[in-house]
Order: sequence, then structure tokens, then C-alpha cells
Amino acid sequence: MIFLDLLPEVVKFMISIAPFLLRGLINTLRIGLLSFAMGFGLGIVTGVLRVSKSKAASAVAATYVEVIRGTPLLVQLLFAYFGLPFIGIRLPPSIVSVLVIGLNSGAYQAEIVRSGIQSIPQEQLDVARSLGMRESQVMRYVVLPQALRNIIPALVNEFVALIKESSLASVIGEIELTRCGEYIISRTFRPFEVFFLVALFYFTVCYALSRLSGLLEKRVRIPGYFRAYR
Amino acid sequence: MSVVNLHKSYGDLEVLKGLSLHVRSGERVVIIGPSGSGKSTLLKCIIGLVKPDRGDIYIDDVRVTDPKTNLIEVRKRVGFVFQSNNLFYHLTVLKNITLPLVKVHGVPEEEAVEVAMKVLREVGLEDKVDSYPAELSGGQQQRVAIARALAINPRLLLMDEPTSALDPELIDEVLEVMRRVSRRGITMIIVTHEIDFAEDVADRVVFIDGGVVVEEGPPHEVISSPRERRTREFLRRILRKRAAAPRCWAVAPD
Repeated sequence: MIFLDLLPEVVKFMISIAPFLLRGLINTLRIGLLSFAMGFGLGIVTGVLRVSKSKAASAVAATYVEVIRGTPLLVQLLFAYFGLPFIGIRLPPSIVSVLVIGLNSGAYQAEIVRSGIQSIPQEQLDVARSLGMRESQVMRYVVLPQALRNIIPALVNEFVALIKESSLASVIGEIELTRCGEYIISRTFRPFEVFFLVALFYFTVCYALSRLSGLLEKRVRIPGYFRAYR
Repeated sequence: MSVVNLHKSYGDLEVLKGLSLHVRSGERVVIIGPSGSGKSTLLKCIIGLVKPDRGDIYIDDVRVTDPKTNLIEVRKRVGFVFQSNNLFYHLTVLKNITLPLVKVHGVPEEEAVEVAMKVLREVGLEDKVDSYPAELSGGQQQRVAIARALAINPRLLLMDEPTSALDPELIDEVLEVMRRVSRRGITMIIVTHEIDFAEDVADRVVFIDGGVVVEEGPPHEVISSPRERRTREFLRRILRKRAAAPRCWAVAPD
């Protein structure tokens, strides 16, 4: 077996490039966390607007979601980085990647938030209103706390997808994990080891996130909640 | 509280057809009537959860049906107990009661906790303060809902079939609490199918059918010797059900 003979050398090489890839991974995590946080804020606001009684607010929210969902993230990144300078908006790739991915994720998170809001039975809203709460209070104290708990798995799913999609930021020259790998390959011509390690790094982060999600769900669980609504 | 000539339709279905009802301060009115007769809709109209098509509702001198009326102010003075799912499942029993006190009525947190403890003692659930609603039985949940309605010291207390979603063995504990509450002198309008309860508690029984008041009067008249044919038929159906399951006699309230 040629491969087995090569194995010690392969592992040695991987260990030698790991510190460089780790820097890419850290940048990937930076993009991931910042854009997810931005998307979460956008998602809650948009999700709430989407179900609001105001036709205009709901239409604005729906338009945002449809435009983002109807165009590829890759095109959005290219447009923002190469297209916007033509109208005078020039930003470094590190900022463009966070803003575009955040804006993109916001649309998907808005749909998740909306489904969470709509899963809360009408009765709960009637009860809250009957107690004299304003619509904003109904949303803040009754609907969202329950809705957000219910959508944790879907949000974590979105976060994991976002971490992987952030690899697209490589096309605008942001040195995140994937671009970092490509850079090392251009210097060493060893795509097998490099891409294997890149994939392993992505997997480790995403798997850790899924496990973390389970812990989070357990932490915020309300005793008996899921048999509450009969 | 007055309801004058109230009309409400859902699509082609006319639920309320010119219903009128006057309730004096401190009076305890029990509304009976077949399902679909508009009882729940009536109660929801009173606190503005449902907008009537026509007609007027007054509480004290406030016209609830006036579009300029601040419904929040109306609801702050009216307690409402729904048929089921009254409680917020993500909050403890204590928080369920203090949330409206603090956020709607502006009561300081500590004072709200005191009030909550007091009303919970009244419904016999002070040991459940830190439980979540889903850990309680349906009957206990309804008792907490009644406690929450009392906590705001309401001018008017509305109850929409508070026992009809409960398992039979849980009904009596709730009725017992309702009996106790009815002695506090609050104006009450209760929709229920519990005829014994109506006989004991009501100053007046109102029979609603087809979206109008068919018959009303003191319980011994309406329940024991109804004048209208429709009332008689309805009572016969209800009482036959009771005869089949003689729960009401089996447990004597203490």
C-alpha cells in the first residue's frame, strides 16, 4: 500500500499547515458569529413585521425575504464587492462578507421566526390581550419567549448552514478557512491533505454546534411544555 | 354593564341577532344556552376581543363599542377566564399572575408578588407558586386563572365555560372556587352548563339561543319552571346528561 507508506509524511504535513488553517478557521468563526447575530436581529424584526397587522410593514418584510431568497448568496457577495463600488460604496472584504451573509441569513431567520410566532395558539394572544396588554407587550412577553424556544433547532440549523456558506466569501478575497486552504495549496500543491483538513475543521465546528444546541434546548426547557397544548 | 341590540356575523353565519342584556353592579348573572348560541362571542365583545357589527356595550359609563375608547383601560378593570389554555406555559404560576400586574397595571414587583400570594391562597394553590402550568392539573390551571383575574381587583368578572374543558373529576374543585369568589360582591357574568352551580350562585339566569336572550329571571323560575319551550328543551337535554353521570350529587362541596 503506497498510501500507508505515505501516511506518516501526510500527517506530518497536515500538522505543519494546521496553524495557518487555524487562522482561517478563526476568521470563518468571526464571520459566522457576527453575521448570524446580525441575521438574528434582522430575523426577529422582519419576522414580527411579517405577521403584523400593518399591510405596509408586512409587505416590506416580505419583499426583503423574497429578494434575498430568490438570488444566490454568491451573486449577492459578488454584487456587493464588485458592483457597489460603481455607485461609490467601497468596503473591505472582511466587512462586505459579514454584511452580505448577515443580510442573507436575516431573510431565512425571518421565516423561521415567523413560523415560530404562528405556532403559538391564537388563544394565548386572546388571553394576553384580555389582560390589557398592548400588541407589543403580547409579542414581547407572551409570543416571542415561547416562539424562540420552539425554533432553537431551526436556528441552529441555520447557523450551521451559514458557517459552511461563509466559504463563499473566499470569492471576494476574504481569507477565511476555504480561501486559506486554497492559498496553502497554491504554495504547496497538495490539495488532498489541505482540503481534507479544511473539511475536518468545518465538520468539527458544525458538529460542536449541534451538540451545543441540545444543551441550549435543555437549559431553556419549560417543564411539561410540549404536552401543554392539547 | 349594558349590552344593547348587539349584532355579529362571521361570514354568512349570524351569531348575535340583536342581543340585549343589562347587568346591575354586584349582580351575578349566569348565562346558559346551547353551543353556537353566541355566548362566548358575547363575552368577547364585552372586552373588545371581538368587534360587533352593530349595537353598543357600556361598562359603567364607558362605551366599549366606541372606536375611540381605549380598550386597554376597559380590560384593566375586567377579569376574564377562558375555557382553557388560560395560562402562559413558559411562565411559573407566580409570574403568570404578576406579569399583568407589573406590566399592565404598573404595580411594583414586590407588591405584585404579595397580591399574587394572597389570591393564590384564596384558590388554595399557594404551594404551587413556582410550578409551571403544564405541571398542574386542568382544574388547578383554571383556579390559577381565576386567581389571576381576581388579582387585578376587577369591577367585572367574566367567565367563559371555565369548567367545560375539564375532566369530570376536576370540575368540582373549580366550581367550589367560583362559589367562593361569587361571595365577594364582584359583578359576575358566567357562562356555564353547570345547572346546580347556576341555581346556587346566580341572582339571575339568562337563557340565550339563536343569538338572542330567550328567557331570563331568577334561577328558581328559569331553571325550575321555564316559560319558553326552547328553554325547557335545552334544560331537559342538559339534565338528562347529568342523570346519566350523577357526578353532581356524588361530591358534596364542603
